[in-house]
Amino acid sequence: MVSDRELQDKIINLELELLLEAIQKHYGYDFREYSRAHVKRRVMHYISLNSIPHISELQHRLLNDEHCFKKLLKELSINVTEMFRNPSFYKAVREKVVGILKTYPYIKIWHAGCSTGEEVYSFAILLQEEGLYDRAQIYATDFNGEVIKKAKTGSFSIRNIKDYTSNYQQSGGRESFSDYYHATDNRVIFDKNLSKNIVFAEHNLVTDGVFAEVNMIISRNVLIYFNRELQNKVLNLMDRSLVTGGFLGLGSKETIMFSEISAHYKAIDSKERIYKKTHG
Amino acid sequence: MAERFKYEAIVIGTSAGGLLTLKKMLPALPADFPCPIIVVQHISPQSDGYFIKMLDDICSLQVKEAVDTEQIKSGTIYFASPDYHLLIERDHTITLTMDEKVNYSRPSIDVLFETAAEAYGEKLIGLVLTGANADGASGLLKIKQYGGCTIVQNPEEAENPVMPEKAIRAVIPDHIADINEIVKILVKLCP
Repeated sequence: MVSDRELQDKIINLELELLLEAIQKHYGYDFREYSRAHVKRRVMHYISLNSIPHISELQHRLLNDEHCFKKLLKELSINVTEMFRNPSFYKAVREKVVGILKTYPYIKIWHAGCSTGEEVYSFAILLQEEGLYDRAQIYATDFNGEVIKKAKTGSFSIRNIKDYTSNYQQSGGRESFSDYYHATDNRVIFDKNLSKNIVFAEHNLVTDGVFAEVNMIISRNVLIYFNRELQNKVLNLMDRSLVTGGFLGLGSKETIMFSEISAHYKAIDSKERIYKKTHG
Repeated sequence: MAERFKYEAIVIGTSAGGLLTLKKMLPALPADFPCPIIVVQHISPQSDGYFIKMLDDICSLQVKEAVDTEQIKSGTIYFASPDYHLLIERDHTITLTMDEKVNYSRPSIDVLFETAAEAYGEKLIGLVLTGANADGASGLLKIKQYGGCTIVQNPEEAENPVMPEKAIRAVIPDHIADINEIVKILVKLCP
């Protein structure tokens, strides 16, 4: 016998399925292959926060009100990030990747899923200190246009600057971190010279295609939100965007191990999840 | 005759004092223990996971850090990674996320318990051990609401009684017991 709770659960999951279908059809954003337990948590959180009685009601509202959809999009876009997040990753890039990038006259770097840009500016600082910035073109993309707007400003809350400074130092930073920004009452604004070679743009890894051939892709804590099939698809997209000999830097719990592309890559630092494309 | 009821997974949440308690409890489980165990232990984001290796060395069951998208299998004890939430999907695979902290914690016990309740329903055992905050209490309630079995370490035995006490306040657990007793209950519930 099916209990009331089981039945109710089944209905909620069906409503969620329909909601994601509706979002895809109406707005073009495709969350159907995201980790479902994660999407469900975010959607349930959103409807309880906004006192919406059930998912079907949410669906009705967001189909009729783009503002409501934008709010949900924000809920589904995870923007937990920091400058020089996992300093050991940046240290490994300095020690194991930079030397090879220096052999190119011109390099392109893609931050896929850059959120509010903290890691993009971190990388720009690293390139600057390694003498690579002036020959670099940096693409920083995210599916959420709102966070791209924020990233462009290069302005971050001053609250975290102590942690960022410590991260910077641990990452092998060579200068005084405060030389890279000026502080106002509650914000720090990064030097415009750091953003002159950065193009910020909206790009959706799930629904958009290849737009450039690059020497390095940095995409940290983006794949974990996708199910295994979608991770594989997105890794294929990254693979097609990367030159042979190029580098892929993922988040500390992300791997190419389960994907089709793994045979074409070797880990140059398996703990820091930095891979090199060995053949096309 | 109806098929004999079987539990399919155990979830454990613990914080301050948890490591010592797990070190006492997990090695006592036999090598043929049939249920996978998924553990959230609050730990510093910088932790290098040495305790996982240490526990693996002294347990009959395999102890490992849970990997994103992997299938949960019996004979294994999975630990949540420092600084990531661990969620369980309905197909019994692992999802890791970097969402905001819940109850000031990442990984959060509530996040594990709530998603596990939805994935395993009544075939889940939830266990709250020693700890110094309220994480896990509302997750344990959800496990109860979904028909699962709820167990809380006796607060008098717990190195830090706050977490067990908060859990007991949120839900009347099926068992409140000392660690030695909890091991016996688990072995009995999962033959």
